[in-house]
Amino acid sequence: MEEKFFGHSVPRKEGREKVTGRARYVDDLAFPGMLHGVTVRSSVARGRIRGIRFGDGIPWSEFTVVTAADIPGKNEIALIEHDQPCLAAEVINHPEEPIVLLAHPDRYLLEEARRAVQIDVEPLPAIFSIEDSIAKRAVIFGEDNVFKTYHMEKGDVDAAWAQADVIVEGEYRTGAQEQLYIENQGMIASANPADGVTIWGSLQCPYYVHKALVILFGLPAEQIRVIQAETGGGFGGKEEYPSMIAGHAALLAWKSGKPVKIIYDRAEDMVATTKRHPSRTRHRTGVTRDGKLVAMDIDFVIDGGAYATLSSVVLSRGTIHAAGPYFCPNVRVQSQAVATNAPPHGAFRGFGAPQSIFAVERHLDQVARAVNLTPEEFRRRNFIRKGQTTATGQLIHEDVNFNALLDRAFRESDYYAKSERFARENPGATIKRGIGFASFMHGAGFTGSGEVYLASVVELEATPEGTVRVLAASTEIGQGTNTVFSQIAADALGISYDRIEIAQPDTGAVPNSGPTVASRTSMVVGNLVEKAALDLKRKLLDSGLLCDACTEDEFVRACRRYIESRGPLRSRSQYEPPPGLHWDDKTYSGDAYGTYAWAVYVAEVAVDTVTFEARVTDFVAVQEVGKVIHPVLAAGQIEGGVAQAIGMSLYENVVWREGRMANGQMTNYIMPTAADIPPIRVFFEEQPYPFGPHGAKGIGELPMDGPAPAIVNAIENATGICVREIPATPEVLMEAMAEKAGALV
Amino acid sequence: MRAYVPSYDLRVPGSLSEALALLTREPGVWQPFAGGTDLMVLLEAGKLSHKRFLSVSKLDDLRGIELTSADVTLGALTTYTEIQKHRVLQKEFPLLCAAARETGSIATQNRGTLGGNIVNASPAADSPPALLVYDAEIELVSARGARWLPYHGFHTGYKKMQLAADELLRAIRLPRRVKKWRQYYRKVGTRKAQAISKVCFAGAALVENGTIRDARMALGSVAPIVLRAVETEDALCGGSISPGVIAAAKESLAREIAPIDDIRSTARYRLRVAQNLLEEFLSQLAK
Amino acid sequence: MSETVSRIGIACRVNGEPRRVQAFPMARLLDVLREEMHLTGTKEGCGEGECGACAVLMNGAIVNSCLVPAIEADGADIRTIEGIAGGSQLNAVQEAFLECGGAQCGICTPGMVIASVALLERHPHPSDAEIREGLAGNLCRCTGYQKIFAAVVRACESSRDDKPVTR
Repeated sequence: MEEKFFGHSVPRKEGREKVTGRARYVDDLAFPGMLHGVTVRSSVARGRIRGIRFGDGIPWSEFTVVTAADIPGKNEIALIEHDQPCLAAEVINHPEEPIVLLAHPDRYLLEEARRAVQIDVEPLPAIFSIEDSIAKRAVIFGEDNVFKTYHMEKGDVDAAWAQADVIVEGEYRTGAQEQLYIENQGMIASANPADGVTIWGSLQCPYYVHKALVILFGLPAEQIRVIQAETGGGFGGKEEYPSMIAGHAALLAWKSGKPVKIIYDRAEDMVATTKRHPSRTRHRTGVTRDGKLVAMDIDFVIDGGAYATLSSVVLSRGTIHAAGPYFCPNVRVQSQAVATNAPPHGAFRGFGAPQSIFAVERHLDQVARAVNLTPEEFRRRNFIRKGQTTATGQLIHEDVNFNALLDRAFRESDYYAKSERFARENPGATIKRGIGFASFMHGAGFTGSGEVYLASVVELEATPEGTVRVLAASTEIGQGTNTVFSQIAADALGISYDRIEIAQPDTGAVPNSGPTVASRTSMVVGNLVEKAALDLKRKLLDSGLLCDACTEDEFVRACRRYIESRGPLRSRSQYEPPPGLHWDDKTYSGDAYGTYAWAVYVAEVAVDTVTFEARVTDFVAVQEVGKVIHPVLAAGQIEGGVAQAIGMSLYENVVWREGRMANGQMTNYIMPTAADIPPIRVFFEEQPYPFGPHGAKGIGELPMDGPAPAIVNAIENATGICVREIPATPEVLMEAMAEKAGALV
Repeated sequence: MRAYVPSYDLRVPGSLSEALALLTREPGVWQPFAGGTDLMVLLEAGKLSHKRFLSVSKLDDLRGIELTSADVTLGALTTYTEIQKHRVLQKEFPLLCAAARETGSIATQNRGTLGGNIVNASPAADSPPALLVYDAEIELVSARGARWLPYHGFHTGYKKMQLAADELLRAIRLPRRVKKWRQYYRKVGTRKAQAISKVCFAGAALVENGTIRDARMALGSVAPIVLRAVETEDALCGGSISPGVIAAAKESLAREIAPIDDIRSTARYRLRVAQNLLEEFLSQLAK
Repeated sequence: MSETVSRIGIACRVNGEPRRVQAFPMARLLDVLREEMHLTGTKEGCGEGECGACAVLMNGAIVNSCLVPAIEADGADIRTIEGIAGGSQLNAVQEAFLECGGAQCGICTPGMVIASVALLERHPHPSDAEIREGLAGNLCRCTGYQKIFAAVVRACESSRDDKPVTR
């Protein structure tokens, strides 16, 4: 197959609409007679609802008011467990939990009304930390506050300690992080018993919303239709929470008989929707004197918030990635997701892996020191290679060459010269400079048998005009789905990029190609696009209307003739796992992912000892992600992910007060600006993956994993202080430096 | 938008006399509204409790930068952008220019005004530390007349100031006497651009033959108001810079400021960094 | 319920066209543009002047339209993203954003394009530091800013090739 578009930076499919402001996001849509909707939420973390009071001075008769009693089907947000209500009916489990919905044509009056609703609550004891949850200071979920546990073991860790010359322990923590897509969440619903429910919204996974609405309304699947509007960023934040907003808008629309739009403002989006799971990881690592890993015992806990949502899956990915890209014969990871009375934590780029990778990559710098090796040399002695097994016992078939990735990363970052220079110049300097790195991997696609269960489908349809439409539920959220699918389809069909159209994701019109998550869209769904495109071309060839080496005109003519003589020209492909993958959910062992992206990232920092502020001054990201489909988009994914991870590492601190985010404004929750992000230099090593389109692997989440440990390792290199938590804010660094100074006295 | 917007009034008088007449007729009813970069944020959040505002945007008497040999007078409506561009301010009052450059984004600097920054009375405001260091005076006008008063002392407590209900801030005057002073400004806000300060320090000193003849120091975000560290200034004047003097000054500063824990930072951090900034300022004087 | 005031007439020029609307005096210019004038290219990201998604040019200067009360737009000359391209001919900044990958999800893009245009009006050949400072009021969560910086540089280069940076 000729690669006319694959590997080239063709113009973004919907780029022109975006640079001219014509792209239509959900808040840009309006329908005749449309009402606005708002959500009345709990102000307490936990309690029992005694009553709802509608205050004076509001013309309540003009309002549509919805409570849990108005829900036609089941009061739940269907996802994995059944614990999360769409509207709290009796018990409140977290601050900002939705209780009452209001709709009215006048947005201003609606806010006045929202303030006038008072929820009378009998408070119940609440818990806000992993420690309090484990200690069962209050039991808020099941019998022990535990949503999910995993026990993953390879070899015999308990027996292996005897072979270790040195044992190093450490505890590491990561904080919550807000996805902070610049487009706030929002939905429009039209709903009535005759037509069912239709949703337009800002979302990643149309079929998740679809599934939730089927349960919420008790309607047959064909009565629910979910359409994705242009979506202004997701990062996981629009994976599961949109089901909640869609449910709310639909309930208001159902009751009022009018279309209803709910658009969160920034404050509501920040305090009420999901964030990255805070985590605590404890490592106990045994090594030989010459720096070979003997045993890794890892205890990984994430704070799931008040409801189960996706915590079990986030925990799974964090668990599998917890031991890093190293060969160690004996590994045990015990992990749990626990409940607290915070709004549920949810999907966020990396999905548990950035948390556990932060811990392991920080920890291994400590282990290296304990055996008098450089962080580099220690890792070189333990990097996983072809023929070895990961922590899940997955045998690596690829030619993983971590030494080459490390060499390149060090060369591009001038690591040795800088290390030497910083060590020489730092004494006496106010601004201490340092350099650090992390090596890591990220499994592409759903974990274990996930892709088999999803059984994703893609269809293609040709028009008589010779354009080919890709029908998939995979969403464009900025990462380039539309462009990548078009490149793949165009090359498979042998036609121009402009002839490919991407159908708007609409559950009434496109098959379920699975959720837009898990770095799976290009690799898994892209592969389905290619298969369906080849199938469509095969149909034309088999029909005799097209010859193998056709011109564009011949292709157009063949499509028209085919459709005229035989009816619709469509093709369909469904996921089939690569051969030889085996995963055992019971023992949590086997082939966790079809493949991994591998990477070494180097961060250079400057720590100001006057203000304790750390800045990243240079960043090099070297990765192997299979074949690169679109160099500009791929680099854009890495650069954006690194920037988001710099935010997680140094700036973005969620301040919690009784389970509620207290700094839910962009003014006080500070993400990096254009002035804060260093040059991010991105390099790809390309090694084709046989089961991705043209050899491509997943890429989207990878860049979230490595920067935090690389940056904090660099801070330690600069200052000698050992920070074990992120965000490493100036306050954290100050306390750590004070502690170190105190220790010297 | 959380506010009930129809309940907010914003009048735009075309002249100063018209504006002052309105303030006199209904004292306390009308609050001045300048660039809106703070008030509109409160409005959006539904936290703007006052409902009736008087826009000063058309009051030309509140605009312009005037120079004499003795001082520079800035109209209250001088924007941060105008401050940064002004040649004399760049040369003689670099701390004010630095403050203007570090306030919000360029879009904010185009709208935000020096007068607004003063009257908004935020302890985290960026320009007041510079104004205190420069011994700024401010002119308040009302239908009763005009009065000048030192800016130092204008703020009397958190969001409290010596501004009568019928008065408007018309102008800010900076004496041109600091040409030979060594000046220092540093805003600490974690991120490089459009941050709200955790600590802000402005300092200036006249150093002759290694002796500090005169000094001014002011800090933001470490007390209920932007604070001039008078006692520390006094302790330094007449002496020279030595490690002992720096240590004593840091002690003195710790007694003068009253930082707190809030969602942006901690009291411990603010204290320590305020002291470090003082030390950095004094160390630079010694060079 | 609170007392209310009446809507007032506001006359301004938007993208060169005279416009007249009724709005509450404290209504945000952002809402007036989006809802009364149906110019939805200007986006709301934060409502607190922090993200720059709502940036427009008002009398030639960049402002955040979420912080401008409607009454202050009376008599003003306003340019929104819809007025940046000359018909179907994109502005050099827009072309450069397309070419360099400066737009991903696209929600910050209108404000980012406005900020870039304003930047290039102030500094036709900005330094790296000037680009960073000029765009620091516009938050982007997708790109890590690198491709946006590249787009600004590219737009300058193309202006040397005699393409107008601004209309």
